[in-house]
Amino acid sequence: MTEERNLTCINCPMGCFLTVELTDKEITKVSGNTCPRGEQYARDEVTNPVRTVTSTVKVEGGVYERVSVKTKSPVPKGKIFEVMKDINKASATAPVHIGDILIENCANTGIPVVAAREIKEA
Amino acid sequence: MKDYDIVIVGGGPAGLAAAAAAKKAGSDSILIIERDRELGGILNQCIHNGFGLHTFKEELTGPEYAQRFIDEVLTLGIDYRLDTMVMDIAPDKTVTAMNRTDGMFQIKAKAVVLCMGCRERPRGALNIPGYRPAGIFSAGTAQRLVNIEGYMPGREVVILGSGDIGLIMARRMTLEGAIVKVVAEVMPYSGGLKRNIVQCLNDFDIPLLLSHTVIDIEGKEHIKAVTIAEVGPDRKPIKGTEVRYTCDTLLLSVGLIPENELSRNAGVEMNPVTNGPIVNESLETSIPGVFACGNVLHVHDLVDFVSEEAKKAGENAAAFVLGKAQEESGQKITLHGESGVRYTVPSHIDPKRLSDNLTVRFRVGDIYKDSYVSVYYGNERVRHVKKRIIAPGEMEQVVLLKDDLLKRPELTDITLKIEEA
Ligand SMILES: Cc1cc2nc3c(=O)[nH]c(=O)nc-3n(C[C@H](O)[C@H](O)[C@H](O)COP(=O)(O)OP(=O)(O)OC[C@H]3O[C@@H](n4cnc5c(N)ncnc54)[C@H](O)[C@@H]3O)c2cc1C
Ligand code: SF4
Repeated sequence: MTEERNLTCINCPMGCFLTVELTDKEITKVSGNTCPRGEQYARDEVTNPVRTVTSTVKVEGGVYERVSVKTKSPVPKGKIFEVMKDINKASATAPVHIGDILIENCANTGIPVVAAREIKEA
Repeated sequence: MKDYDIVIVGGGPAGLAAAAAAKKAGSDSILIIERDRELGGILNQCIHNGFGLHTFKEELTGPEYAQRFIDEVLTLGIDYRLDTMVMDIAPDKTVTAMNRTDGMFQIKAKAVVLCMGCRERPRGALNIPGYRPAGIFSAGTAQRLVNIEGYMPGREVVILGSGDIGLIMARRMTLEGAIVKVVAEVMPYSGGLKRNIVQCLNDFDIPLLLSHTVIDIEGKEHIKAVTIAEVGPDRKPIKGTEVRYTCDTLLLSVGLIPENELSRNAGVEMNPVTNGPIVNESLETSIPGVFACGNVLHVHDLVDFVSEEAKKAGENAAAFVLGKAQEESGQKITLHGESGVRYTVPSHIDPKRLSDNLTVRFRVGDIYKDSYVSVYYGNERVRHVKKRIIAPGEMEQVVLLKDDLLKRPELTDITLKIEEA
């Protein structure tokens, strides 16, 4: 059976309009993408949708109260709220640098949560 | 305070990129003035990802993107002042600023780059009757509260307006445990990017009601509920379509306007459509030596384009103070937007002053499907590009070739149009 699915690529604000052609649930063609990331997104979205989660974590002894964080790579969409639970339990101590690992393995995804901004000591 | 050749007003992504480019173009006397306690501008509160994919081939969050440019400015040894507010820019480019340590001071600049960004439309612009109880925030204020202060404004949320910041906040507050009941948009289309509708609303099953608006707010001290109704083509509420939503928070995401009080007072000519300065091919305003870029010029959705535009403005400011700017040739080509094209940046060009091909950025006033973006040199159609969809929420661009323009010394008008299939 051949089927066609339309998606909007969310990898960047260009928001390319993607068309995925499937035959017997196998992807046969992806079109509409401006760059290779779009094709990867379409493949993931049809088979195993993933999202990067961004949030903030409490900081002790810093010039600000919170440090922004992100999952180092996208996590399965169904795990987003479990990842948030781990993020809300975590804390960091200043100074914090971009890329510092704040959670090693969030929600058992094997993916770390890293700091996404610099926080100097107060 | 010592004098500087180039004063950059605002230390957001536009100001940072302009400063770095001016320095690399040979100017050694540059000062960035920023009223906030840190560099980076509004990106500091935009903690979501999706920035810089095209510039750095990596998907960054707002603060990470800003840090790359902050690092560059620090490495280049460019001077900056934080917690310092520019109060006035005189037509002769004397910049008056103020802070706690220096008090009020003046700098006689040779060139000024306007990089003040934009601000949110105030809620007073909304005609909602009734009291103004607590619990009503602009989406940008809520973004700062949640992302910088770590404070959640409420638990049951309704959002009016589908601008990007509102969409991003719908997801952000959902992740923090709030229930976002609905996003209402008075227009028949969203003002935000498609990708944000997909990943911020659809992912969490948050309904987006197009052609709907808030017609009543309940609660005297604190907001308790709102009533939302469908609107007709005249944007007036349709009787019988009212639905009441209980909530403790109402976010307003009704658009951004460039922050141009300083530019107006300096006497810079403004474009009534963008609320930003009118600029030429060099991003120079009606005052020679005063340049503009980023959101103060026109509201951008993609920070990559802000950085690109700001780089040009910085280079041109350096050329101006170093006496390297190309003389005006006398040929002035005016750019017009017609049939759907609301405005163009730049507004006019001198082709002999182009250092490179010219990127013209514009926005449309409605949704167009399977239509063409056409470019006319005089009456001659030189470009006719098919687009699957063109929407008001997404900035468009066309690149005009310098050589093509130089071949037409008689050309006085370029028109951009949307033509239906
Ligand atoms: C509230 C808000 C939230 C946003 N969220 C997003 C988002 O989530 N995603 C997205 O892609 N885009 C977002 N944007 C758009 C974003 O602003 C642009 O992509 C980009 O930051 C524009 O860069 P800029 O340097 O032109 O402006 P800004 O980043 O706004 O920087 C302007 C700087 O100038 C300073 N300034 C202004 N006036 C003065 C003065 N008189 N004296 C000294 N300094 C001054 C300001 O303090 C500020 O730091 C948002 C905009 C706003 C207003
Ligand atoms: S396909 Fe590439 S250019 Fe298009 S939205 Fe996706 S990442 Fe951006």
